[in-house]
Amino acid sequence: MTGATTQDSHTILEVNNISLSFKGVKAISDLSFSVRRGEICALIGPNGAGKSSLLNILNGVYHPDAGEVVFESEHFHRIHPLEAARRGIGRTFQNNALFKKLSVVDNLLTGLSRFMRTNLLEQAFRLPRAHREEWVFREHAESVLEFLELQSYRDVAVGHLSYGLQKRVELGRALIASPRLLLLDEPMAGMNAEEKQEMSRFIADINRDLGTTVVLIEHDIGVVMELCGHVVVLDYGLKVGDGTPAEVQTNPEVIAAYLGTVH
Amino acid sequence: MSLHTYTLPAPFDNAPVHLVGSRAPWPLLVLLMIAFGVVPLLGSDYWLNAILIPFLVLSLAGLGLNLLTGYTGQTSVGSAGFMAVGAFATYNLLLRVPVLPLPVALILGGLFAAAVGWVVGIPSSRIKGFYLMVTTLAAQFFLEWIFSKFPWFYNNASSGTISAPNLVLFGHDLNTPTHRYLFTLSVVTLLTWVAVNLVKSQIGRNWMAIRDMDTAAAVIGIPVDRYKRQAFTVSSFYLGIAGALWAFFYLGTASASSFDINRSFQILFIIIIGGMGSIAGNFIGAAFISLLPILLSFAGQVLLGGAIDTGQIQNLQKIIFGTLIIWFLIKEPDGLVRLILNLRERLSVWPLRF
Repeated sequence: MTGATTQDSHTILEVNNISLSFKGVKAISDLSFSVRRGEICALIGPNGAGKSSLLNILNGVYHPDAGEVVFESEHFHRIHPLEAARRGIGRTFQNNALFKKLSVVDNLLTGLSRFMRTNLLEQAFRLPRAHREEWVFREHAESVLEFLELQSYRDVAVGHLSYGLQKRVELGRALIASPRLLLLDEPMAGMNAEEKQEMSRFIADINRDLGTTVVLIEHDIGVVMELCGHVVVLDYGLKVGDGTPAEVQTNPEVIAAYLGTVH
Repeated sequence: MSLHTYTLPAPFDNAPVHLVGSRAPWPLLVLLMIAFGVVPLLGSDYWLNAILIPFLVLSLAGLGLNLLTGYTGQTSVGSAGFMAVGAFATYNLLLRVPVLPLPVALILGGLFAAAVGWVVGIPSSRIKGFYLMVTTLAAQFFLEWIFSKFPWFYNNASSGTISAPNLVLFGHDLNTPTHRYLFTLSVVTLLTWVAVNLVKSQIGRNWMAIRDMDTAAAVIGIPVDRYKRQAFTVSSFYLGIAGALWAFFYLGTASASSFDINRSFQILFIIIIGGMGSIAGNFIGAAFISLLPILLSFAGQVLLGGAIDTGQIQNLQKIIFGTLIIWFLIKEPDGLVRLILNLRERLSVWPLRF
């Protein structure tokens, strides 16, 4: 590959010729695109276009039939979800995947599990090391609570929160582990305009203040245009557009995918 | 532990962090003082032997199962099998290695049960729910079979039973009901404290994360398979200790049939009635299970004046138990502990209603 070394410093994620099918039904075919470090990239496309499947491939929930994913210059044909988490890929789900009976702060703390260094006995007898680790973890949880303005819900079981707040908690749970790449599956689905505005602000802040690269799926084109510098359009598992929001908006293929063509 | 061992986001702003303040848990302390100080003085031998010791041991067994089922979401019907491992291991250790002090033999017995639990937990990385439950059922029957099939385990006794060895703790004879009660109480108190620590720790949160949604747990970096096996191991350790206590501090003489499938179900009922995912629930459930029969037979005596024979009353008990379990599963899946908490909330705002 030419120019691989120059690409490395700017590109955090590369998807090369990925294909995925479910029992013969093609979900994604021969898809390639790359994400630059520090950008907010949107995946858009009609329902069933393969957007969520793609995110699932990126963090190892699904394994592609062909192709590879390059993350931080490391090539993966298939990656285990644990390995993805360890390498700094954070993820939220379309239908919230929170731990419903745990409180908000406990949900956030679970996101720190991969940093746990104390063993069973230390935690069982609350030995000093375990105690200190708990302090460090809780301090981080507090800072995330503050960042996402969730402090007043600290001890509420997440099952009792509104949908919009749950989305925010899930973002926090991914964020607390300081991911380098954050995959957000419809972070604003089912929200009203005000909540969307709020969520957009949080995502923009995370991107700007923490330098986290974000790949998100979103249907609200207004939000996408405002928030993202890069848009990839999928339709029936194929890439039909890739570029800045303005470029994509005028792309005839994209318009066809969304509005249908005149026959 | 310094922050430099791993990268976490720099705290966004150092807001004053108010960590969970620990108020002295007065009600609990009073309860412990009564249990340790008053009960041994007032309790009759019958109460200590026939009610309080089994209540404590069943609470401990419930606690063990609750760590696995209530906290990690892995249903098991093999509890009594692990109890048997603990009992037979402790017996053989005391018999064949007489230098071992009782607490050490008890802990080693628990560790044997833990090892068996780890093995039984291996399939949990592949199968879930109902199917996993069937593997624990297989373990239950297999363990029961082993301990009746091979005479070595019960020292070739013709009766097929194991008997309480000389229960001695640092030169003190434990063969009076009061001493056995106090020893059991101490073990249960210590292990309950450890369980509380565990469920409040990162490990406990990981268990509960797996219970609530295991795919999400893997995605955020929790090694799901390892934590499931760990829950099996810890749970079996508790059950092993409970089994040894059951055999030597309550029954005195036990055999494989003391740890049959009915015992497993009894422990499962304790946590369903008491409350899944609750520490206090085990004690409430165990109290319910061990006191209800006494209450029912007492009520039978008083109300019916012996008009109904004891056999009938026992059948009646089973009917009442069965009905209650169905009722709990439908109406209050969180068990008696939830009912009590709701009641407390209501009382705290009384006479207002909500």
